[in-house]
Amino acid sequence: MAAAGLLLFLLPLAGLIIRAPWGQVGPALVAPETMTALGLSLFCSVTATVVALVLGIPLAVVLARTHGTLRSLLRALTTLPMVLPPVVGGVALLLAFGRRGLIGAPLYQAFGIQIAFTTAAAVIAETFVAMPFLVIAVEGGLRSMDHRYEEAARALGAGSWRVFARVTLPLLRPAIFSGAVLCWARALGEFGATITFAGNLPGRTQTMPLAVYVANETHPEGAIALSLILLAVSLAILIGMRDRWLGSL
Amino acid sequence: MSLHASIRVQRNGFALDVDLEVGAGETVAVLGPNGAGKTTLLRALAGLVPIDGRVELDGEVLDDSAAGRHVLTEHRRVGLVFQDHALFPHMTVLDNVAFGLRRDSSRIAREWLDRAGLADKAHAMPRELSGGQAQRVALLRTLATEPRLLLLDEPLSALDVTIRAEVRRELSRQLSGFQGVRILVTHDPLEAMALADRLVVLEQGKVVQTGSPAEVTARPRSRFVADLAGVNLLRGRGRGRHVELEGGAMLTAAEAGEGDVFAVIHPRAVALFLAKPEGTPRNVWRGRAEDLDLQGERVRVRLSGTVPLVAEVTPSAVRELHLDAGAEVWVAVKATEISVYRA
Repeated sequence: MAAAGLLLFLLPLAGLIIRAPWGQVGPALVAPETMTALGLSLFCSVTATVVALVLGIPLAVVLARTHGTLRSLLRALTTLPMVLPPVVGGVALLLAFGRRGLIGAPLYQAFGIQIAFTTAAAVIAETFVAMPFLVIAVEGGLRSMDHRYEEAARALGAGSWRVFARVTLPLLRPAIFSGAVLCWARALGEFGATITFAGNLPGRTQTMPLAVYVANETHPEGAIALSLILLAVSLAILIGMRDRWLGSL
Repeated sequence: MSLHASIRVQRNGFALDVDLEVGAGETVAVLGPNGAGKTTLLRALAGLVPIDGRVELDGEVLDDSAAGRHVLTEHRRVGLVFQDHALFPHMTVLDNVAFGLRRDSSRIAREWLDRAGLADKAHAMPRELSGGQAQRVALLRTLATEPRLLLLDEPLSALDVTIRAEVRRELSRQLSGFQGVRILVTHDPLEAMALADRLVVLEQGKVVQTGSPAEVTARPRSRFVADLAGVNLLRGRGRGRHVELEGGAMLTAAEAGEGDVFAVIHPRAVALFLAKPEGTPRNVWRGRAEDLDLQGERVRVRLSGTVPLVAEVTPSAVRELHLDAGAEVWVAVKATEISVYRA
């Protein structure tokens, strides 16, 4: 069974590599559309990771410090995007931030600001889907942390902020790091929520996965080439972080 | 500077109820078995555990549940040294010592390290220190903040036995240089006797005995202390010169008083014979050797029978008596060797 499981992972990858029109990978990489999509993908996924760090770490702290029903509720809410089909997430985002959405409508009427179908929307969609990975990793880190360090810091006269900044946060670094890598990887591959909420506009919201999908409809060889590029970028970053990331898992 | 504390903590079926008065420059050792509530007491004094009651240090009320007052740990100026030191693993030794300092922290921390002879470790990370060095750095880090109350949680228990004596001497020297109130918690009697002016024995959340180390071990009031002092502790009712033990047996002592009493018998005062001894008024009964334990030059014999006791005899006596686990013997204790005091 284990071998079957492994095959399930390996066969598609093998297919991708064996059927690859290797001659086309080079030209596909330097093609302006690819560069645009790749650049946009990297920009959106990195921005989404930064946003997830800024919002997710405080959320993880709150989660780690609550108990009982409130905790179950908060935890279910934060992990929902992990189990929700991304397309549903996209629809939900549209209902909240779209031009007729809960927040989107007043925003558009008051300031003329439109979020949906912009690069910002792509970032929001990726953050929505990927942030739970970070929150869960950081919360786990907080829960398994030795709290005597924080108590020692308090006994030495440090207030809550100083304890958090000088002791808690540095001790959480491995958890934050692995959470951020998982979050970024998920954001990079995001498709469903992005295409629903941000659309498929080349140069603005068409990230690599969207470009692959579109290419697959029109010229499959191009899709394979783009897929290989995406695979290579993911692998390169994964290997670059292997020691720190896989080591800590 | 002095501490007046009346602390009650209740949680998960465990209750801590302790009144504690400690003067300036006095070192009190809170001694007790694991789970007695020693660490909870320290944490309560540090403000890390909410309490019922009142804590007053140096005239300042730190806790008063009746008045709804609770001073946060970071504002108490109470130094807490953790059992395994809790040095911040991501900071150098210098940064650890400087952590609690406000102004000129780096220079002052360096001075503390210099004085302790640890200047060469200033830029080391905590994981590069030996256990003894980590202990000293943890204490320096706390002393540098000039606390009014110093709390030490099992200061030597994380250390290797071979270096304990040395670190204990060093600790003793540093403690005597500290002007505030000193409380240490330990389950190691040696540590308590070596460092403390006064012992407070805590069992199941309550103070069962307090006094100088000599007083406490001379007149144990609990099995825990008796075991620490290595003596037999019996409980019964005094009737003139006799003590009626809880098991029903009678002891004859020089003076037993009336009412509930403790009787202490040193294991060396317990004599063993093959035949029933005759002569001076003695306490004599049958016993059975349950097990033998060679300790240095003496053999400790655990006896069952009318009065369960531990006897301490010489190895040659063991040979003469053909003593072995299961051997039947006569047990005798002179009346004058039994010390009786009120329970």
